[in-house]
Formats: sequence, C-alpha cells, structure tokens
Amino acid sequence: MIAGLRATTEGGADLVQLLSPEGERVSHPAFDIEVTPEELRGLYRDMVLVRRADREGNALQRQGQLGIWVPLLGQEAAQIGAGRAMRPNDMAFPSYREHGVAWCKGIQPTDILGIFRGTDHGSWDPIATRFHLYTIVIGNQCLNAAGYAMGQRFEGKVGDDDGEATIVFFGDGATSQGDVHEGMVWSAVYDAPLVFYCQNNQWAISEPVERQTRVPLYERARGYGFPGIRVDGNDVLACLAVTRWAMDECRHGNGPVLIEAFTYRMDAHTTSDDPTRYRLSDELEAWKLKDPIERVRVHLVKQQWADQEFFDQVQAEADELAAHLREFCVNMPDPHPERIFSRVYAEESPVVRRERDEFLDYLSGFADAHAGGER
Amino acid sequence: MAAPTMEKPRTNEGAKVQTVTMAKALNMGLRAAMEADPKVLVLGEDVGKLGGVFRVTDGLQKDFGEQRVLDTPLAESGIIGTAIGLAIRGFRPVCEIQFDGFVFPGFDQIVSQLAKLHFRSQGKVKMPVVVRIPFGGGIGAVEHHSESPESYFAHTAGLKVVACSNPIDAYWMMQQAIASDDPVIFFEPKRRYWEKAQLDPGITPDPLFSSRVLRQGGSATVACYGPSVKTCLDAATAAEEDGIDLEVIDLRTLSPLDLGPVFDSVRRTGRLVLVSEAPSESSVTAEVATRVQQECFYSLEAPVLRVTGFDTPYPPSKLEEDFLPDLDRVLHAVDRSLAY
Repeated sequence: MIAGLRATTEGGADLVQLLSPEGERVSHPAFDIEVTPEELRGLYRDMVLVRRADREGNALQRQGQLGIWVPLLGQEAAQIGAGRAMRPNDMAFPSYREHGVAWCKGIQPTDILGIFRGTDHGSWDPIATRFHLYTIVIGNQCLNAAGYAMGQRFEGKVGDDDGEATIVFFGDGATSQGDVHEGMVWSAVYDAPLVFYCQNNQWAISEPVERQTRVPLYERARGYGFPGIRVDGNDVLACLAVTRWAMDECRHGNGPVLIEAFTYRMDAHTTSDDPTRYRLSDELEAWKLKDPIERVRVHLVKQQWADQEFFDQVQAEADELAAHLREFCVNMPDPHPERIFSRVYAEESPVVRRERDEFLDYLSGFADAHAGGER
Repeated sequence: MAAPTMEKPRTNEGAKVQTVTMAKALNMGLRAAMEADPKVLVLGEDVGKLGGVFRVTDGLQKDFGEQRVLDTPLAESGIIGTAIGLAIRGFRPVCEIQFDGFVFPGFDQIVSQLAKLHFRSQGKVKMPVVVRIPFGGGIGAVEHHSESPESYFAHTAGLKVVACSNPIDAYWMMQQAIASDDPVIFFEPKRRYWEKAQLDPGITPDPLFSSRVLRQGGSATVACYGPSVKTCLDAATAAEEDGIDLEVIDLRTLSPLDLGPVFDSVRRTGRLVLVSEAPSESSVTAEVATRVQQECFYSLEAPVLRVTGFDTPYPPSKLEEDFLPDLDRVLHAVDRSLAY
C-alpha cells in the first residue's frame, strides 16, 4: 500500500451524527430531530428492503439474468435518509446507484431491472415520478439538475414553506468532473434551489478519494458561496435531518447546499469489478462495524421500539420482495428489434423510418425471424 | 419525397415588408418566438446587455427581462447542461454558442444527454432545445472562430441539424426550430450576418426540414448550404455567361437530409457538385454523395464531385481565401463534371 493512497474510515470532527455505530442517540446542536418509534421502524424497513433487493440484483447478475448490477450495499442510510427527506413535489436527479432513492420516490426495484438486463434504458416516467432517469456519464446530471432548479425558481415555486427544491446525487469521483463544478457555479449565481448530495463512498472504482481531492469535499462549497455539511452517511437519522434542512433551505430560497454523505461502498463498483485488486479487507472490516442498518436495529431494541416479531416481519417482507424481483426478472421478455428505432425523435426522422423499414423487411426474410419480443 | 412538417407554419399577416440583415432577421425570429410562448428562454455568453457578439439577441433582455434572456457564466457545458434541465422542467431554451470552435466543452452534454433523452425515456421527456452556432469562415478571425463542425452533430442520432443561408430563411427557420420538440442544432453562417433581403412576415414558410431549389438549370446540379449558398449562386450567374445553366439547391436541413429535390435534379442533369466549407472526409457532403450514388446510379453522367474546405485544421486567416470554396473553385469543379 502506497502511503496516502488509502481511503479513510474517519469522518472528522465536523461529521454530523445522530445515531452512533453502537446504536446510541447523539445530540447535535444544529441538526437534531425528533423521531417517533414508527418513523424509525419505517426507516429500518426501507433500508432492509432495499438491501435485500440489492443483494437479489447481485445474485441475478451472477446467475446470468442481468448483464451487470450496480450494488448500493453500505449506502442504504445515505440514500433512504435523503430520499425520505424529499416531498412529493421535490425533484431528484440520480446517478446510477440510487436504487434506495428510487424506492423512496415510489419506483419499484422491478422498474430498474431493465437497465441492467438490457431491455430498456430506464422504464419510469421522470416527469410524473419526479425522479430523473439514471445518468451514467459521470457528473452530467449536476448541470441538468441545476437547470431544473433554475426553472423552479423562474416559475416562482421557491420562497416559502410550500416551495419546491431539487436534489442531485453524485459520487466522490464525480467531484473531479467539470460539470459538477459548473453545476455549482450556475446554482450559486442563479440562487437555484438545489441540494448537491455527494455520497463519498471512498472509492471511484479503484481510485481512493485522495485521487480526487486534497480538501474534505464538503469544504469545497465555501468556494462557491454556499454551505457545505459532512454527514455520517451510515446514519439514516443524520442523513434525514441534514437533507430535510437543506431541502427546506432551498425551498425557502436559501439554496444551494452541498451535503457530503460520508459512507463506504461495501461491495464492488459493479459486478464487473474486483475490489480485492486495490483495497485491503481490514478496511472493509472496519466499515462493517459502522453498518447503517445494524445501528438502527440496536437502537430499536434498546429503546424497546421494536420486538422480534417486527424484525421477523420485515425480513419476511424483504424475502417476498426478492422473490418477486426474481420472478419478474426471469420472465422479462426481450424487446422486439423494432425497439431499436423507437422514439429516437419526437417527430420521426425519415432516416430512422427508412432504416427501420429496410431492417424489418430484411428480418422477415428469415424463417425464424425474431418472432419473440414485444413490439 | 415530401419533407416532414413538425411545426405549424406561423404567419404574421399584416406585418410590413422590410429590408433586414440576417442578424436582424434572426433577432426578429427570436423575438416572435418569445412573444408567442413565455416558456422560450435565450441563454448564452454576452447575449443580454451586449446583445451577443454579433448582436443577434440585441434588445431581447431589455424587453423580456433577465429571467428570459440569461447572460450565463462562461462555460458551454453549463449552458447546454442547464438548458437540458430547463427543458425537463418545461421550458424551451435557445442556447447561443458564441463561436463554432467553442462548442466542444458542451459537446458531451449535447451528445450524451440532449440527443439521447427522448430515446432513453421513450418519449416521456421532450428536448425542445435549440443550440445556435455561428459557423464558417471568411471574417479574418483568429483560431477557433471559423470552423464548420456540423458533421459531428449530423452524425449524432437524436439531433436535428439545420443551416440557414439568407435572412428570410433565418427568420422562419429560427421560429420553426424553437417550435420543434426535438433538439435542433442551428448553424448560422456568420459571414452572411450582414447580407440583406426583403422580409415579408406575411408569407407561409417552407417546412423546416426541407431543402429548396433556388435556381433552376439543366447543365449540372450544385447542392450547398449555409455560407456556400451565396458562393454557388454567384458561380451560377458567372457560368451563365459561358452558356452553362446550373441548378442550385440549398440543402437547409443537414439532419435529416431532404434529398428528394436533389435526386430529382440529378436525374435530369446527370451531374452533381457538392459545396461546403467543412473538411470533406466523413462529412455531410460525403453522405449526400453516397445517397445520390444509391438513388441516381443510372442517371449519373459524371462522378459526384465536391468542393470543400481541406482536411486540415482551419488555417491562419491570411490563407482562408485559399481554404474556403470560392466561385472559381466551384466553376472549376463544374467544368470537370461537364468534361466527363
């Protein structure tokens, strides 16, 4: 291991934490929130379910049912905390690992499968769900989110408690992209109601965060003229509290805000990746002690806010979700070749029409012409 | 082949006929679109108070305000990337890229997001964004100010690409591009910004994605677009003295191409010369030549010839008159075609 090239497990003194890894409630002068037993049980359930769906996605890839899977393991609190801080009218721009945020926006894990099975590029309606399609080119979505948030402001939807806000998700690697920088510049100079939510999971495939920055990422906000906060990304309560505050700041017209959720990618970058080539297992073991779900479970037990029956019930629900996901996945039909040419434009291009007609005519000459698939 | 019409032709009966430059015609087109639809925004560098370095957006910020005409920070990816977000929100942004050679920082957003979002979402997200790019040489500028990058965009599925050549088209095509629900890369021939024409806002314009025969003739067909159109019309006038009767076609739309009028013409003349300032390799003219070869094979009396910029970086401006297709090079190609 080369000195200095190692991701860290320590969030530092500024880390906002409300629930310690040992399951103890910690107070914070600025971001404390009251949470009812029911709310905390809900957050626990969310995290268990999205983790179970994530593990099933991983397994489906290993069994050849998906071409690739992008695991969120370890980032459940960062995503559920942020996702549950949103109101229905708030808009979210994800990267491609935000299955937990999608869950909070009402997008089912089955809706996401097509991207990784290769049947579509995203099946949900980004306008109706207010959850944009996954963006794979690193950082692009930060500018798209800035534009959307500017639009919210131009429409007069910002300025009081009924206001709208936008949140954009990206990783530590993305912070090196010009589009993230430009997104912060645009949001700042147009006072856009945009929360920049950076999940610093310590690794951009094989590159540790030290390859992206010399300063803690949240400190960069100061250079743009808006607040930056580092939150314990494995603490769902802290993520919820800080994101709720940040979204409220934005909807009241005091945006933008940068949140750095300090977390860890427990699994590989994707199923095509092999983390044993670039990181040591003791780092992973250290982060396992900070597991986002276990600390909530411990707290629920300590407070006597949940009994064994509750935990069993959540587990059964998670297994049912996974079984449904599997069933759905293996029965997904291949798309019809006509889909190649579908809706390239709002107003169909004569070029696409000609190529489609020629290709379908060519296919029809085969005895076993792609009969399967859905048109 | 009938060109597809995606936009309702807008007529403006009663408006008076006036002589305008292309820059003014574009300005009037933008103004008309902004008046017709409050969701139309203009964004770019120096487009507000200054009115753009070519004054195409002159006076718009004064009349429509800073929330509809935005002087943006100086980053082209930011201009395109935020326009995409505004379009998702329901706006119809018109982006100005100050010069052709400055579009490349925004190329990623154009190719990765703008061009693909309609397909990725299967029509759930529309991208009614216009990207205006002053293009081509002839103004004695420094590097990066005289390029013809249209082929990059015509090569990208999901984009539509047009080039105006005169004030009348500029006025109508701008409004039609803004009305389009697809992203349109709108090329403006910067050395023709000050050419004048009589603009009658009362007429019904041709559809946006259509080419047009500007001059009929039987000796050979010359197809061109943007700044080369005037060059070719001048060449046709000169050729007339030698008894050569050139048919001149303004392609106007580069993606999708509308080649029906070109095919019809070549079937009559048997000869085609293509003229463009862009380098020839893998270009729009290469695509036109291929399609004509496929559709008019038995009509051709000579190979399709091209007069283009060279496959070099744009030269220092003291050499641009040699680099750019001019009247003599066009006529030289016509002569070669006729000699077959």
